[in-house]
This record gives sequence, C-alpha cells and structure tokens, in this order.
Amino acid sequence: MAAPIHYRASRWRYRANVALRTIAGTVGAYGVAALGAAAMARTLPMARVEAVTLATMIAYLIAPGVTIWAFLARGPWRAVAGVMLAALALGGIAWIAGQPA
Amino acid sequence: MTGASAMVRDGARQAMAWLHGWTGLLLGHILFIICLAGTLTVFKPEISRWMRPEISGQADPVRAITAATDWLSANTTGSAGWYLSAPDGRSNVVEATYDSGGAYMSRALDPVSGAPVARDTLGGEFFYRLHFELELPYPWGRLLASLAAMLMLVAIVTGIIAHKRFFKDIFTFRAGKGQRSWLDGHNALGVLSLPFHIMITFTGLLTLASLNMPWGIAAGYGADVATLYSDLTPGTVSRAASGTKAPLAPVGSMLAQAQRYFGGAPVSRIYIFNPGDAAAVVTIYPVEAAAIGMLPAEISFDGATGKVLKAWTEKRAGVRAYQTIYGLHMAHFAPLLTRWLYFLGGAMLTLAIASGMVLWIVKRRERAPLSIGNRLLERLNVGGLAGVPIGMAAFLIANRLLPLGLAERAQQEVSVALWSAGAALLLGLVLRPALGWPLLLGLLALLCALAAALGPIWAGDGVILSGNMLLTATAVALGLLVWKQCRRRSAPTPVRRRMAPA
Repeated sequence: MAAPIHYRASRWRYRANVALRTIAGTVGAYGVAALGAAAMARTLPMARVEAVTLATMIAYLIAPGVTIWAFLARGPWRAVAGVMLAALALGGIAWIAGQPA
Repeated sequence: MTGASAMVRDGARQAMAWLHGWTGLLLGHILFIICLAGTLTVFKPEISRWMRPEISGQADPVRAITAATDWLSANTTGSAGWYLSAPDGRSNVVEATYDSGGAYMSRALDPVSGAPVARDTLGGEFFYRLHFELELPYPWGRLLASLAAMLMLVAIVTGIIAHKRFFKDIFTFRAGKGQRSWLDGHNALGVLSLPFHIMITFTGLLTLASLNMPWGIAAGYGADVATLYSDLTPGTVSRAASGTKAPLAPVGSMLAQAQRYFGGAPVSRIYIFNPGDAAAVVTIYPVEAAAIGMLPAEISFDGATGKVLKAWTEKRAGVRAYQTIYGLHMAHFAPLLTRWLYFLGGAMLTLAIASGMVLWIVKRRERAPLSIGNRLLERLNVGGLAGVPIGMAAFLIANRLLPLGLAERAQQEVSVALWSAGAALLLGLVLRPALGWPLLLGLLALLCALAAALGPIWAGDGVILSGNMLLTATAVALGLLVWKQCRRRSAPTPVRRRMAPA
C-alpha cells in the first residue's frame, strides 16, 4: 500500500511522527494507567482493599484508551503533551491525597 | 468527510498497521508459546490423567486428603507448609507442593496410599507453568509474560483500527493466493473470536496484576503486603511456628466442617501451615466449579485442636469483581462445552499469531527479495512455530518412555521437551525454509502419532483414549498439510503476479 502523498514527501517526518506516537501510546499509556491506579486507590470512596482492587482493574482499561488516543490526536506533539498532562494530573492527585491510613 | 480529516485517519490507520506488525513481530514467538500452552492448559487435569495412566477412576476427596496428610506427616519434618489440591471429577490425585528439608517439592499423591505416584511427572502443570512462567525463574518469566500480554493488547487494539472492512473479513477467504490467503486467514482467525481474544488478554494481564500493575497496591498499602493479604483474605490466619511439636488433629472432621460452611460445595484446596507444630493452621477453600469467581470463601482451623479460627465468605463487590475476572481466565467454572469453546478460542488465537508471523514474511517476499533480517526471521518462524509443539509432543513421549525409577524423573521429562524444542529451532535455522517447513511439521506429525501409539492407543480409560484420539487427529491434519506442501512444490511454480493495491 502506497503511503499517502502527505507523508511520502517527508519520510523522516513521518517516521518521527510514528515513533513519538508509539512511545506516547505504549510507555506513556502504561505510565498514565499506573498513576491512574495510584490516584484512584487513594481517592475512591470505599474500603482501602476495595479501592485498591477496583483502581487496579480500571487501570487496565485506561491503558488501551491512551494508546488509541495517542494515534488519533491531531499531531504527534499533542499526543506526547496530552499523555504528560494526564500523567501529571493523576500523579498530582495521588500525591495530594497521600497514603490512606 | 473533509480531505484533511481523511488524511489524518488514513495516517493513523497506517501507523496502527505498522504498530500492529511490529508489536506482533517483537514478541510473537513468546505469545505463540503462551497461547499454545494456555490452550492446552484448558485440559490440564485431563493431560495430567493421560500422563499418570497407573491411577484411574474417581477418587474420594476426603479420603484422599486424609491419606495425603498422613503420608506427609510421616515423611516430612519441620515443613513450613503443605499446599494440597483435592481430587475432583476431573483430577484423580492429590496435587501437593510441600517443603521437605528446605526444598520445595511438587508431587502427585496417590488418592489411596497418600504416597507420591510412581510415574513422577509434572503432568498438565508443565503446560500451566509454561503458559505464564515460560520456564524462566521468578519473577522474570511472569514479567515477560506480562509484557507480551500488554503488547498483545496493543496488537489487538491496533489490529482492529488498522482494519477497513471489519465484518466482511469474517466471511472472506480467498484460497491459494499467497499473501492474500494468509491475510484472509489471519483476519478471519483474529476477527471471528475477537471478543474471546480481548477477554483472555485482559483477564490474563489481571491475573498477574500484583506484578505488572502494582501501583494501586503501592499507593494504598505502601510496602505493607501483610495487611493487604489479610484484608484480601480475612478468613486466613498468619502466625509464626511456636517451636513446640504437636500432631495434626484429624483432617477428615475439618474437611467435613468446611464443606458444611461452604453450603455443601466440595473442598478444593487445603493449605496447612507449620504442620506438626502447636501453632499449625489449616486453611480450606471450596471448589470454584459452581461460580465464575475464585475463592468465594475460606475457613481456617487450628491445626493442633481442629477448632475453627476464622471463616469468611466473600461478598465485597470490588474483591468479587476481581475474583470473577480471575475466574473467567482460569475457566475452572466451565462445563465441558464451554471448556471446548475456550480451547477453540485459544487455538484460533494461537493460529492467528502464527499466521501473522508467517504473513510478515510472505508479504515482504512477494514485493522484493528478503533482507538478511527477514530471512533470519523466516527461519526463526520455521524453528519456533514447529519447535514449540515438537517439544511438547516430545514431553508426552518422554512421559511414556523414561524409566519409572529415574532420579529427578519429572525434571528429565522437561529437559527432553526443552532439548527437543531447541534441536528443532536449530534445524529450522540451518535448513532452507522450503525444506525445513515440511520436515519439521512432518516430524511433529510423527511425534504426535507416536505419543498416541504409546498411550497405549486402545487405552481402557476414557480420558486417555480421548487424548490419543486428539493426538491422532493432530497427526493426520499435519500429515495432510505436509503432503499438500510437498505436492505443490513439485508442481511448476506459477509466475508471481504483482499484488494489486488493497
């Protein structure tokens, strides 16, 4: 299958585009899911063990969502920035909430 | 649709197709091992029965556990724990893991005598462990399996999005057309049981959650694993050995009491901590056959007196949800028909992975001569895709041929499996693929037929007979495949047409 004209013009730009999205959609997706698990484990309004269990399960749904989004975002840098922003927000929530007693 | 957004979507689809190929390529062989071993594990107790033909018929769980604890009491000292699985309608031995003088042993115990069965073998446990530990030391095997499962999730998600004609592909197969046929086959295998593929990948990842997604646990509990464990299973008791010896109270009455507490459900797993010590604890779990969830209850007894220490029936929604997901992967709940559907789904996923890896090569070969890297991959495909099942078939044959008294017999069986797979991999790398494929697949067919013949083929036991039939069917199917391959090769090669753009 021939590459769309848009990309054929600059092969390297296309490769960098895919590389950035791939990193955002794999490593980034795992990071967002992990921090999401941490944030939910500390904030979900239920017994600690239930919050931890539920948070862990939801994390696995976050990861593929981020993967898909990383490839559908308008541009590669938007994908990277979006993933970093989400990670920062979730990490912040987890940090502010602190470990439950 | 505007031109710009079409371009964005086309670019995304193309990038997804790229990612789908590379994630599959990167850990395709690992995923192939995981899926093939997992598919066979659906019939783990039946494989174990095939591999222990001396024990036949049903076993009474209470009598078998009593015999096992009697034997273990007499033959181990200062053990930290015995972990026993009671026989049920499918398994007919007590599967025991226990430490004896510091070394952990895994043995199948005879349901009548309680002693290890003469044919020392891992049985179906080999395939189960291979499925998520890949014959690697803890935790590396499980981490690699987790990574492979995560990449598989990426491959599935990207595979779906890379797809233009999702539903049409279920019904499309154009045979004898090279790349087109492989693509059609790969698509049909992937799409037809897609819900199963997604379910099994997700739930599989979740079974190893404490290893691959420990961040929720870390955020909630820090390093306090003991509290997490007691929160998760409030019916268990954790206490240190007292150092004072005391014999184990009769296990039979504990088992009967546990079964009453479980509302009549038979017992399945019996864990005995610090047996022979005054502070011994016996924790009993019910079978999971009745419900999808694992561990719906647990009850702990004081080992020396036989009195109930704690009992717990799991009703918390969050924990039940996790147990349900876990149970969905393990399929212990599944009646026979559902079990066959799990087997079929697993087989289709295994073939989707294998055909995907072949497709990678076929696609590139039809465009231009293969690069060095791809030529190596082509040969790795031969050695890996044929070598793994060759190792498994060799494992079954070793089970019948190795002498019963051999030291470390169970480990020797595994060695035979690994060396055979390794030798096949080497052959695949050395031979021309045009020769390697029919040779190794033909060898696999012969090994399957040999295993069935050694069954022995007309076994009286229904489970062993069914295993022989399946092995024979596999041998015949592979034989036909090889025969077709050879016949096509002797015919004049058709002129390669350039593929029309899809």
